[in-house]
Amino acid sequence: MKFISKFEGPWSTPSEPLDVKTGEWRSQRPVTRSEKCRQCGWCFIFCPCGCRKETGHFFSADLDYCKGCGVCARVCPARAIALVREEV
Amino acid sequence: MATMDLRGQTRVLDGNRAGAYGVLLSRPDVIASYPITPQTPLLETIYKFEAEGLLNAEMVEPEGENSAMGVLLGACAAGGRTFTASSSQGLSFMNDAYLLAAGNRFPIVMAIGMREQVSPHGVVAGQQDAVMVKDHGWVQIYMESCQEILDTIMMAYRLAEDSDVLLPVNVCYEGFFLSHHSQRVEIPTQEQADLFLAPLKNMERPKWSLDDPMVFSSYTVPAELFTEYRYKACAAHQRAKGKFDEIDREFGKQFGRSYGGQIEEYRTEDAEVVIVTMGCSTGTAKVVVDKKREEGLKVGLIKIRMFRPSPKERLIKALNGKKAIGVVDRNVCYAWNCGHNFIELKTLLSDLETPAPKLVDFIGGLGGADITALHVERVIERTYAAVRGEEQPVVTWLSLE
Repeated sequence: MKFISKFEGPWSTPSEPLDVKTGEWRSQRPVTRSEKCRQCGWCFIFCPCGCRKETGHFFSADLDYCKGCGVCARVCPARAIALVREEV
Repeated sequence: MATMDLRGQTRVLDGNRAGAYGVLLSRPDVIASYPITPQTPLLETIYKFEAEGLLNAEMVEPEGENSAMGVLLGACAAGGRTFTASSSQGLSFMNDAYLLAAGNRFPIVMAIGMREQVSPHGVVAGQQDAVMVKDHGWVQIYMESCQEILDTIMMAYRLAEDSDVLLPVNVCYEGFFLSHHSQRVEIPTQEQADLFLAPLKNMERPKWSLDDPMVFSSYTVPAELFTEYRYKACAAHQRAKGKFDEIDREFGKQFGRSYGGQIEEYRTEDAEVVIVTMGCSTGTAKVVVDKKREEGLKVGLIKIRMFRPSPKERLIKALNGKKAIGVVDRNVCYAWNCGHNFIELKTLLSDLETPAPKLVDFIGGLGGADITALHVERVIERTYAAVRGEEQPVVTWLSLE
């Protein structure tokens, strides 16, 4: 038998990559236009998945986990975030 | 003043109180439970133990059975030894948490004071509540006597928390017939119980703590990983069978009482006809078997203790070469128009040496009715009729003819 997990049950340690990459569900991705971003942090606060990351001088999405819900684009007061369709 | 402490004594106790002593002796860390007839006196007794300072456990009184099991899921993840009990619709109400316990491989021990399941409504003895959750992933052990309840709760912890098993275990006893009827019960001393449970100190299992957090019940993709956990749970159930036989033998060595492990074989060795029982009607059936033996009939009895996982290998060994099997079922299986143990045994027929025994089913004791000695005599007569090839129904409803 070939096993992936060292555990008997559906358990994992925080460091082990047994979590779900919810980014695979995405049909559109948020793209930040960095020149427009004022670093207010609203997208960071409102992201339901906690996957907005500060990258130095603007915020962008962690695409491993971003489901593309669009909340960040909706709340952005600077209209700095655009949703771009994912192409297969 | 500890007025309740009967440890080390032999007393007359009903099944609920005997079970409460089994819990006390097993030293649980967390108990969360919601009362329901006929299990309530079990909880009352445990609460008295705690009030009198005999039991050092965290007692949680949640608003319902679902939360009771939910509390234990967390306590178990943190490494605690846990106990709860329920019956009938209480068991149904905790259903999703009940499934989580098995799926998460949490070694929770839970008593079921078995009662008929709705509908029709009946606050009466039965087995329907426990047998209908037979594929929920719990180990289920069925009781014949009050002493067996006490002893099996201790054995259940040994089985559940074994590193090779890690499964939740139900100790199932019929409401009223066992929960409220009194029998002679030997209550071990705490020292004896501690000695019996001592091997669990060396059993490892992953535990959650603030310093070393873990994820339990993680959402599991990919499907290969999900399948892996299902496979591992099935394998654990298979390991539990032999393990339970070992634990029962060890218990017998220490306490002088043992119950056969997965099944008890009573006068089956030279028997040509065997009746199969589960639960408290076994006592009556044994008396009738003795009587029929005196009359010269070669009849024996098999008591199914471990209903889940199926004691398949033991049953095949015990039933090979028999001419006929009469099953006494105190429950119904709607899908197959018979009792649950009948259909379980039917699946084994092809594994038995040919000619396979004739198999007939008898449904009795529903709605709190007694399975009487006269019923069992009829079971034996009809099973012999099956040996002779006489025409008769495959399933007989004992009280409806």
